Amino acid sequence: MSVEQLQSSPEWGDGAANMGHVLQPGLDISHKVILYLEDISVSFDGFKALNKLSLAIDAGELRCIIGPNGAGKTTMMDVITGKTRPDAGTCFFGQTLDLTRMTEPEIAHAGIGRKFQKPTIFERHTVFENLELAMKTDKRARVSLFARLDDAGRDKIADTLKLIRLGAEAERQAGLLSHGQKQWLEIGMLLMQEPQLLLLDEPVAGMTDDETERTGELFKSLAGKHSLVVVEHDMAFIEQLGGQVTVLHEGAVLAEGDLAMVQADPRVIEVYLGR
Amino acid sequence: MRTPFTLHLLKFMPRTGWIALAVFAAIALAIMPALHLFVPHDSPFYVSNYAITLGGKLMCYAIVAVAMDLIWGYAGILSLGHGLFFALGGYAFGMYLMREIGTDGSYHATLPDFMVFLDWKALPWYWFGTDSLIWSLLLVLAVPALVAYVFGYFAFRSRIKGVYFSIITQALTFAAMLLFFRNETGFGGNNGFTDFKRILGFDITSPEMRAALFALSALVLMLTLVLGRYLVSSKFGRVLTAIRDAESRVMFIGYNPLHYKLFVWTLSAMLCAVAGALYVPQVGIINPSEMSPANSIEIAIWVAVGGRGTLIGPVIGAAIVNLSKSFFTVAFPDYWLFFLGALFVGVTLWLPEGVVGLWQRVMNKRAA
Amino acid sequence: MTRRLLILLLCLLPALPAWAALDPAVVKQLAAEDSDAKIAAIQQLGAGGDRAAVTVLKALANDELFVAGGTVFLLDGETALDAATGTAIAPAPETYDAITINNRIRAELSNAIATLRLLNPDRAVRLAAAQELQSNTGIDMAPVLAKALARETDPQIKHLLKLAHAQANLGSADADARLAAVQALADDATPNTRNLLLPLLDPATEADARVRTAAKSSLKLIESRLAVGETLGQIFTGLSLGSILLLAALGLAITYGVMGVINMAHGELLMVGAYAAYAVQGLFQRYLPGYIDWYVLAAIPVAFAAAGLVGIALERSVIRWLYGRPLETLLATWGLSLILIQAARVLFGAQNVEVANPSWMSGGIELMAGLVLPWNRIVIIGFTLFVLALVWLLMQKTRLGMFVRAVTQNRQMAGCVGVPTARIDTLAFGLGAGIAGLGGVALSQIANVGPDMGQGYIVDSFMVVVLGGVGQLAGAVWAALGLGVVTKFLEGWAGAVIAKIVVLAIVIVFIQKRPQGLFALKGRFVEN
Repeated sequence: MSVEQLQSSPEWGDGAANMGHVLQPGLDISHKVILYLEDISVSFDGFKALNKLSLAIDAGELRCIIGPNGAGKTTMMDVITGKTRPDAGTCFFGQTLDLTRMTEPEIAHAGIGRKFQKPTIFERHTVFENLELAMKTDKRARVSLFARLDDAGRDKIADTLKLIRLGAEAERQAGLLSHGQKQWLEIGMLLMQEPQLLLLDEPVAGMTDDETERTGELFKSLAGKHSLVVVEHDMAFIEQLGGQVTVLHEGAVLAEGDLAMVQADPRVIEVYLGR
Repeated sequence: MRTPFTLHLLKFMPRTGWIALAVFAAIALAIMPALHLFVPHDSPFYVSNYAITLGGKLMCYAIVAVAMDLIWGYAGILSLGHGLFFALGGYAFGMYLMREIGTDGSYHATLPDFMVFLDWKALPWYWFGTDSLIWSLLLVLAVPALVAYVFGYFAFRSRIKGVYFSIITQALTFAAMLLFFRNETGFGGNNGFTDFKRILGFDITSPEMRAALFALSALVLMLTLVLGRYLVSSKFGRVLTAIRDAESRVMFIGYNPLHYKLFVWTLSAMLCAVAGALYVPQVGIINPSEMSPANSIEIAIWVAVGGRGTLIGPVIGAAIVNLSKSFFTVAFPDYWLFFLGALFVGVTLWLPEGVVGLWQRVMNKRAA
Repeated sequence: MTRRLLILLLCLLPALPAWAALDPAVVKQLAAEDSDAKIAAIQQLGAGGDRAAVTVLKALANDELFVAGGTVFLLDGETALDAATGTAIAPAPETYDAITINNRIRAELSNAIATLRLLNPDRAVRLAAAQELQSNTGIDMAPVLAKALARETDPQIKHLLKLAHAQANLGSADADARLAAVQALADDATPNTRNLLLPLLDPATEADARVRTAAKSSLKLIESRLAVGETLGQIFTGLSLGSILLLAALGLAITYGVMGVINMAHGELLMVGAYAAYAVQGLFQRYLPGYIDWYVLAAIPVAFAAAGLVGIALERSVIRWLYGRPLETLLATWGLSLILIQAARVLFGAQNVEVANPSWMSGGIELMAGLVLPWNRIVIIGFTLFVLALVWLLMQKTRLGMFVRAVTQNRQMAGCVGVPTARIDTLAFGLGAGIAGLGGVALSQIANVGPDMGQGYIVDSFMVVVLGGVGQLAGAVWAALGLGVVTKFLEGWAGAVIAKIVVLAIVIVFIQKRPQGLFALKGRFVEN
């Protein structure tokens, strides 16, 4: 189903129709599950990156995903955001949106934001412009030709700048920021999208301890309003976040539970230390 | 504090830009045509036929270069087939020019000479309406736009980019050239269109017509620059450069690059076509060699020499390269290709930001 | 003409030493004034089946049989040979007359000669005679052919005689004979037979309905066989075009695979190879004219080295500084191609130069009627296989090949595990350029050699690389051969220009469906 069709269907209500592409008001999370993956398989030239992976994320949940290299964490994110099409399996956002049939921009509009493992920002745009481009609005080409930033938009960008502590850097070229600042800028861009679900691939890599801690605080404050899926290697950070932990191994879920429980699981220990 | 829309429109270009444009307008729309028309031929201020035609040609090239820059410099899409759109515009207008010859051709027939030569009895269907200037101008815009839109839609939809896209555009213009070389295609085969006589009944070689075409080329160039400036300073332009720098990020924040690329690609093709339509009456010939891959790739070097991602750069680049060409092909014909080749290599190796980039760097250094 | 002379020689060679005496009276009758008497003598000689008779009759047909004072003789150089005995006449007669013949006699003569040759004990002579009778055989030959057919034991000649007999019988007044002939001709799938049978479908030329029906079914059979031949021919020319494409694309596939840059001067490396072949040819003409036929073999390593060195020079001086900027590399290498083209013009002139096929590459083998495979194309296909095998060995079995494959798949990782990526780049580029040089040698044998010759190949080669999938040798092979065959079929159907356009359209549509090519590398690293 295309975005246009979704907009015209009555269940999205007036809000959706007025907002052009913006779909979130209508996301059906009546069963409390916001993201539902079932039996997802992806293979690259015989190598099974994902092997019948099943996973469910509740609305408002903060979920951490850990696993050794090659466990399929990034591929899983690729599937959710439409970059990679699974060979088999279903992937639903809310109760109605089949993500395996949507393009990347459609998925982004539906309310999924993604932060990449390597910070990807628009290096030749200013920090301000980066946030402006990410802001939730009508993103069609013909609208952008005549789009003007209104005062509400300006305020929102200012708020986000403050939140990610880049207020002083607003007019700097994003490429000139430090690695940690770039990570923060990307998180800021994610927030400007106002997504329902945030996928964060190693968000604190390269950050100082102080920055890491502040990031943790930020994520915790987002949980509830948003749902977050955080892929991390930093156990201290995961501990700080609390919440459920899912361990991936060889493209499938190995264990699930709180951190202490997972860490005590002999299979998990085997995977991390056994080889 | 809302500014009126018209004022907002003006704000996308700095004051100096508008002043420069006004000066250029005065020179190109009034002074040059006047010097060509009203100054005696022996006066040192007389602008000769050669000079005014060369000037008109350069401005057509500059329009093409700006069009190329919009998609290469700003959207990061290198087209090696822009000569096709230029030629399509030229052919579309050339059809009108051929019809305007009327019965003054060497066979004194109502059909164009080459059709008489091929023993054709009637105009092919696609020549319908080409005796009307309005319809021909419509064709100038619509045909290249349609070709660009359809090609671009399929190419961008399947995310063909980088060198893939470049080579396929080259293949496209190459195939079109082969098609136009055929006599059966109905566009004069090898020889194309030539021996034009008049536009709207006025003699095409008269000084007045030359001056008018020169001024018209200048006007279109200025409009192109203003349009380009508006485009790149709008949000659309920022998304475009974002696509150039990090396309996947653009998609993941919810923009569909397809529509952005398609719009600028089609617009660029149409600008090229207009330039082609202005070019043909000034040089008096259009033939399939305009579609040769070598011509198209040369456009890229105009842009590279001047400076990608700036709007004035392509204009300067087109002027530098084409003036050198005029000089070399007369003075040292054997060395032109060596020079052009060295230009391709040298600019990409040592001057990636072009002349404008170099100027900016020098200025920055001086300021620091 | 040469063949006729050869046949004549073949007739003469066995005949001369064993000149069994002919009946002198009959021989003398050849010089009779009366045409009927001459014809009677000719028929008698023909029916006799004597080998010496062929020589005499041939001489008569060529106006080289003379008479002096009642002795019929022929000239062998300066000596006069008695036609009846084959012995020299000494002294040679001073004055003599040539025996004149008219057209009726001429026809009779050729029949008699053919009969004699068809009955010749030498198999080669009979075969040649039967082959000559495959076209323009009239009903007057029917009795002779029937006689020869009855005696013949060799299956090949028997088959040919059967066809000739059938052809002769087409002109028969007897409908049954014509019917049998039409049915027999179904075995002979040549355009010639098709043309013979076509008029028989028309009631105006063929009165008998049975013959018409038979002709129809025979024609159907022939046409289907001809179509097979035609198809095979197109496949062959397609494969030959494909192998040229492959030679042009192999090098590009390697450099594009390793470095991700398109070398727009790749076509000019082909040109370098072709000019190397030209230069070697010149050297052979000058210093080794006796071995001129083998210059092509010497040109192969020279072209490889020349193009390879040019390639290495390009890589070292320009391309290496542009890694990670593929679009700029396109422009820079285009500039290099312009320089190379102009250099070729300055060095060798703007005109095409002549590179000749060695004699062993001219001609062809005839597989079936209407299907001739030219040797130069066969050699090029073979050469392509050879180059392919070499490249495969190099890529799969050597350390260099392993490194090249490693860099192709993941440059950073290869660098991390100690592959000297910069050196590999240079070597791979040199290798790709060298292979292009080899392609140039092959091209020089079938196409014009000139400064612009390489320009047309870059798009085609790139299509092959795209279709095949980057870094996939097998993909490139399938893509090249496939493109070659498809192009040739389209050309047969719609002409060269339309074929080219359609192929481009097909490739573009194909990329829509499989952007990574036929044999795709999949995975997370592909896009980066």
